[in-house]
Amino acid sequence: MNELVILPVLLLLAAVATMAALARDPARQAVVLAVLGMVLALLFTLLQAPDVALSQLAVGTAVTPLLILLTLRAVRRDRRRKQAEDRRKS
Amino acid sequence: MTRRARTRLFLAAAAVIAAVFALACLRLPPFGTQTHPYADRAVEATMRQRTANTVSSVNFDQRAFDTLGEETILFAAVLGAVGLLRRTADERRTRPRPVAVLPSTRLFGAVMLPITLLTGVYIVGHGQLSPGGGFQGGVILATGVHLSYLAADYRVLDRLRHREALDRADALAAGTFAALGLIGLGAGAAYLQNVLHLGTFNQLVSGGLVPYINAAVGVEVATGVIVILAHFLDQTEEFAGGGKGGSR
Repeated sequence: MNELVILPVLLLLAAVATMAALARDPARQAVVLAVLGMVLALLFTLLQAPDVALSQLAVGTAVTPLLILLTLRAVRRDRRRKQAEDRRKS
Repeated sequence: MTRRARTRLFLAAAAVIAAVFALACLRLPPFGTQTHPYADRAVEATMRQRTANTVSSVNFDQRAFDTLGEETILFAAVLGAVGLLRRTADERRTRPRPVAVLPSTRLFGAVMLPITLLTGVYIVGHGQLSPGGGFQGGVILATGVHLSYLAADYRVLDRLRHREALDRADALAAGTFAALGLIGLGAGAAYLQNVLHLGTFNQLVSGGLVPYINAAVGVEVATGVIVILAHFLDQTEEFAGGGKGGSR
């Protein structure tokens, strides 16, 4: 019975992980990464590892995508400011 | 290193790992059976140490030295992030502006913030009894504090966290874990050996050293993650960098 639930989750995991690897836009990648973290947490729960599922949920779904998005925002703001300066100089 | 050399190096290493991993998996017990040689031994040791949560017993008692290494990695990561993201000479500190938030978002934050913090404290506090522990609860505490950023704005978040106190608490908690190991040496046993009174099974204070190490890890993870996120947020919210054009 348990295998019947685990197999689809494993397949879903493979699909989402492939999507995360194929996503080229970092912002989109961060969101897919959050979904991947959630699927992994679900798999760990099904495998009766609630401790690992909790860590995965906290780190993989919340903190890592957040750090990626914050980095992107800082990079984009920097780039915009440089462009504005270049325009002023020319 | 050229792109092709890099790809070749990766493929060679990946082939070795794939082969050795496949060999290792062939000798594993089959998936989903009732026999778990490692789990049986771990649970037996857990019962002997009167710790209700086997995972916490493995992390903070049976394999406490490994966990000390992992906590040191986290501490080093915090140090590295603080060092790399510190304010540079060409960055100016700006005052973040107040931001308008939807009333429903504000209400959501006001309700969820105390609930999230309480959940975090509960999960840290019951690490030796039920699933979770210092690491999981610590991350919940750290991310929970940032609900104030979502539901209000950066200035409210800044008032909630005392930067210097968090820096100190992080270092102190990391040091506490290492120092707790000395109790074992003092009692004439090994470093980090669980020599404290074990207490009654499934009570809040049980498992000897486990709840104390667990609490130290909780404080370290919570403060460490807040400090890392604070430095990342500074980059987007507070610092205006690069020459004269810093006006927003």
